[in-house]
Amino acid sequence: MIKKTYVNWENIIIDLFVYIILIVLIIVTLYPFLNTLAISFNDALDSSKGGIHLWPRKFTLYNYRTLLARKQIFQASLTSVARTVLSTFLCTFSTAMVAYTLSRKEFVLRKFISFVYVLTMYIDGGLVPTYFLIRSLGLTNNFWVYVLPGLVSAFNLIVIRTYINGLPDSLIESARVDGAGEFMIFFKIILPLCKPVLATIALFVAVDNWNAWFDTFLYNSANPQLSTLQYELMKVLQSANTMTGSLMQALSQAAAGTAHTITPRSIRATMTIIVTVPIVIVYPFLQKYFVHGLTIGGVKE
Amino acid sequence: MKASISSVLEPALKRNTFWQKLKQQKALVFMSVPFLIHVIIFKYIPIWGWVLAFQEYWPGKSIFQQTWVGFDNFRMLFNDPVFYQVLRNTLAMSVIKLILGTVSSIALALIINEVRFIPFKRAAQTVSYLPHFISWVVAANLVRDALSTDGGIVNDVLLNLNIIKEPIMFLGIPKMFWWIIGLSHVWKEVGWGAIIYLAAIAGIDPSLYEASVIDGAGRLKQMWYITLPSIRPTISILLIMNMGYLLSAGFEQQYLLQNGRVIDYARVFTIYELDYGIKMMRYSFATAVGIFRSVVSLILVFFTNQFAKRLGQEGLM
Repeated sequence: MIKKTYVNWENIIIDLFVYIILIVLIIVTLYPFLNTLAISFNDALDSSKGGIHLWPRKFTLYNYRTLLARKQIFQASLTSVARTVLSTFLCTFSTAMVAYTLSRKEFVLRKFISFVYVLTMYIDGGLVPTYFLIRSLGLTNNFWVYVLPGLVSAFNLIVIRTYINGLPDSLIESARVDGAGEFMIFFKIILPLCKPVLATIALFVAVDNWNAWFDTFLYNSANPQLSTLQYELMKVLQSANTMTGSLMQALSQAAAGTAHTITPRSIRATMTIIVTVPIVIVYPFLQKYFVHGLTIGGVKE
Repeated sequence: MKASISSVLEPALKRNTFWQKLKQQKALVFMSVPFLIHVIIFKYIPIWGWVLAFQEYWPGKSIFQQTWVGFDNFRMLFNDPVFYQVLRNTLAMSVIKLILGTVSSIALALIINEVRFIPFKRAAQTVSYLPHFISWVVAANLVRDALSTDGGIVNDVLLNLNIIKEPIMFLGIPKMFWWIIGLSHVWKEVGWGAIIYLAAIAGIDPSLYEASVIDGAGRLKQMWYITLPSIRPTISILLIMNMGYLLSAGFEQQYLLQNGRVIDYARVFTIYELDYGIKMMRYSFATAVGIFRSVVSLILVFFTNQFAKRLGQEGLM
């Protein structure tokens, strides 16, 4: 009897502790996003009085309207979307194709090509030599610098190859007996069967591309037409709490003479939400696939 | 009879040389060799660019016309007090991130594992992964707002709890920077890091728990005597593997959160390469910094990998 109450007490205390910790974790994780969302929908001057937490006090769409009306931001959104879509398709397709050839045991170059890719996981040319290479290839101030350098990554290659190796060989053999060539086998058999792993890789590539800003900073910062949303947000962040920076000045000029004001804080909040929304939209898909992706990534040949 | 068979087979055997095979497999070659050339251009040519570090690079001249200076750039690097500051910052932030990240992820995995109400378990996991997919640009914005002296939530909470009397400018205090990096890393990655430990926990033989119940073990004892020892191999292999990355403490995080006041504690290798190399047009010097980082990282990865193998774990390579 005494023993039984002891066990119950332990359970209650552990449950209480576990729920409190997880609820705190959820609050700490979500609060910064919700607070930023509230500020982005709140009047800028009113926000600077403080006290905005989870809900806007003086609701306005002005922050979004004025920011999205900027050609600079509109252009950057297009570039971000374009690089993400193109990279996702090209990377996933190219990686799948190379992975297929590396999964063919009879392929004479298999070992050599695998080695060349795996070695890139451990060595890195460094900032300056890479920059010089990109420049001499004419890829500075060029949209393709977002897509070309990272076309096939060793890690993604290993993940897809491992998946193909797990497919039954008999499928490929019987197709070959029926006279199908390598391209036919790749397009008609391998690609459809690889859908789950390709979805995983595509989502990771898409998120990486959407989140990238350093390549814009290094290679394309001289050309405002090739700017990306993350880089624009980075510039706003760097100019911190001052009214400097071309975007800030342009926005405050636009606000002058109207009933509205603009503050660095409200611009930062609004930009942050604009940049985050696409991630939140694909998040359910990400969640569906990434655990799967991690488990297959862990399996090695 | 025998002779005639071999005379039939001989040409076939000869045809099986490397080039013949390659010709037979031209579809596979066509599918992979363009990408082989691509990876050689984008990943291996920059390594050939390492010769820059042994030259005094002068813009406008080709790599063959530069003056050779031997190890001068490396001598300059090892005589630069800033280099040792960078090394200290990088190692300190790597170690802090590694320890805080590992401990918090294991703790979270253990806690999530104790939730019996499945919808809540799912909700907590879903929320905890979210920050992993957000860029550091966005995360740095959120961290700055949370830590600001002007209505930042951290100062607000501390003021309301009467822990502090005046708002603290967290991002302006040099000694605090490493810990802000460590804690913001935990905020962003704890949920993601817990996935692998949760997978390890899911693989534990349930009969162990059943047996322990018969022996009268409660949930705490089960956690301590079964769950933790069972995931110990996972913990040690991840720790060892991460040791190989001690010289890459991250870059975006530090670059986006630093400011003039804390730069002496925030400067890591890539920031050093940018500020003391590229921005000052010292391209050869910056290349030397990059080589140092790459080579030491490679050595670290190699040794930690050997170490992991000796422990009976499957290595990386």
